[in-house]
Amino acid sequence: MAILLTDDTKAIVQGLGKEGQFHTERMLDYGTKLVGGVRPGKAGEDCLGLPAFNTVNDAVDATGANASIIFVPARFAKDAAIEAIDAELDLVVLITEGIPPIDMIKVKDKLKRSETHLIGPNCPGIITPGVGKLGILPVEIHTPGVAGVISRSGTLTYEVAAQLTAEGIGQSTCMGIGGDPIIGTKHRDALELFNDDPDTEIVILIGEIGGTDEELAAEFIRNHMTKPVVAFIAGSTAPPGKRMGHAGAIIAGGKGTAAEKKAALSDAGATVCDSPADVGATAKKVLDGL
Amino acid sequence: MKIHEYQAKELFRKYSIPVPDGRIATTAAEARAIAEEIGGRVIVKAQIHAGGRGKGGGVKLAADANEAESLADQILGMTLVTHQTGPDGKVVGKVLVEAASNIESEMYIAFVLDRETSQLVIIASSEGGVEIEKVAAETPEKIFKTWVDPSVGLMSYQAREVCFALGLKGQAFKDGVKAITNLYRLYEGEDATLAEINPFIVTSEGNAMAIDAKVNLDDDAGYRQADHAELRDLTEEEPLETEAKKFGLNYIKLDGSVGCMVNGAGLAMATMDLIKLCGSEPANFLDVGGGASAEGVENAFKILMSDENVKCVLINIFGGIVRCDRVAQGVVEAIRNIGQIDVPIVVRLEGTNAAEGQAILEESGLDFHTVVGFQAAAQKAADLAGGD
Repeated sequence: MAILLTDDTKAIVQGLGKEGQFHTERMLDYGTKLVGGVRPGKAGEDCLGLPAFNTVNDAVDATGANASIIFVPARFAKDAAIEAIDAELDLVVLITEGIPPIDMIKVKDKLKRSETHLIGPNCPGIITPGVGKLGILPVEIHTPGVAGVISRSGTLTYEVAAQLTAEGIGQSTCMGIGGDPIIGTKHRDALELFNDDPDTEIVILIGEIGGTDEELAAEFIRNHMTKPVVAFIAGSTAPPGKRMGHAGAIIAGGKGTAAEKKAALSDAGATVCDSPADVGATAKKVLDGL
Repeated sequence: MKIHEYQAKELFRKYSIPVPDGRIATTAAEARAIAEEIGGRVIVKAQIHAGGRGKGGGVKLAADANEAESLADQILGMTLVTHQTGPDGKVVGKVLVEAASNIESEMYIAFVLDRETSQLVIIASSEGGVEIEKVAAETPEKIFKTWVDPSVGLMSYQAREVCFALGLKGQAFKDGVKAITNLYRLYEGEDATLAEINPFIVTSEGNAMAIDAKVNLDDDAGYRQADHAELRDLTEEEPLETEAKKFGLNYIKLDGSVGCMVNGAGLAMATMDLIKLCGSEPANFLDVGGGASAEGVENAFKILMSDENVKCVLINIFGGIVRCDRVAQGVVEAIRNIGQIDVPIVVRLEGTNAAEGQAILEESGLDFHTVVGFQAAAQKAADLAGGD
């Protein structure tokens, strides 16, 4: 089963530039069902064995695609994302970094009035080990299993996935939800999906400073979560008022600190790791105790 | 990107938000000339990128041009320390000389991105001239909020609602509605990330205007806001951070002794956290990006080593799409190009081709501490840095 990216997912690629092509090859190598690409004005051509279409709607009509992965540059990202949402795709993964928040406000507004799940922007994407990946995550560190992983980061997600795999804990689905202030799928949304997924037995939540998404996730854990959650929050040592790489990782007006988020998650019943090196081992202990 | 008050007020003028008559001066003589031109009482305001300037002695009222000149002389060149500057403070290079207003009441108005709803929110309060965080904590009932629906934009009724909530009347009400409507146009038109008026005042003459102005601009929107580049004041930024930006590196200077070089922002923060747990302190945040090319690593080294607090460097790379052997090659080339690094270097490579990467480091003949495991690497670096 897994979440969002399953055996039924058939995806197209929006943005087949150098980076898009590089990652498309790797997604295909992993066995991901990619069925076409969108290249305005180049319909009928071929790219990496995928047929090109002028529009997302044309691609959906011809292939029955229900998902898209977007690699277009930031200035075209709002348009690409809304085109995918308007085509009523089930899943859209927006990899692009540096999209102005003014643009993301519009995308998010469209999204709220649709049935589409958007992951990102500024994210590494999603992998369901053994099924496929829509994103740029390395595949070697993943193995199929029972842990769902949600993270605002890229390489920290890989670190955690590798720790889990080393402990013999595979992953049902692993997703990086993005480091921006406005993102499609938030921690809370992903927790709900994992809670309803029969293949997932434990959820690993990797948060970071900035915003209140982890606190909202804690509310969900307290009131609805039936599966154990192991959490880590990055940025305990981050100074206030500075953006720590990610546009959304900033302690503003004294709010959004790691300490607040850890306390909220811990109070809600999650097992919070102080050390990022202990996540895998902690997950193992929690699973063994079930 | 932060900009100065006087620059924010220029944007206010562009969008017809009323502000006092005023101009910028870099010398006391200039300040005098501006004060003479304006006539009457003027305010002399230090221009630095930090709040709390008044409390720190950077904002003064002058009765006439003579006093404006002597106050400007005091303020220009002073090191202003406020709760937002840090203990070292900031040197004042410019003052804004502005007509003084007869203040009847002070209010707060701001447009901010609300991350929870993914919408713009107007925050307004009848308590102006003080920190809004303090008002929110102590008297939350004095804060009024309304959200802008992205599909229709700000509605006139919302601007009126805010002004009714602030208790504005007559001409001040009209000025308030206009200021709020235009502040919204500014936020969207200039790709702001914050547009704040604190205080927005009603004068004893019965009109309303912005006495202070704070606007932060979105760096990511630079491609469609070409004229924003000249608003950047590099003297307000940490020189090493500016240098890092040139090379596409994300660097933030901290006070500890372990220099960190990491790929990815989340892992970079986690590395800092782990160093602290191991008993030392990180000297910096540094994300070399997904690519971690030889050139990137070389530039990163140069920036790290220009911080003399650094007693040890920890390189923590999780190879994904980026192969560790490539990164290792980059590290070796970078050190050979630089010639000599005087502090121990701990390297932890994990992920794609980590073993090949280790081999390259070992065969290089250079003096690395290669460590397996996140915990062990951070501990080794903390130990070599000699605690804090």
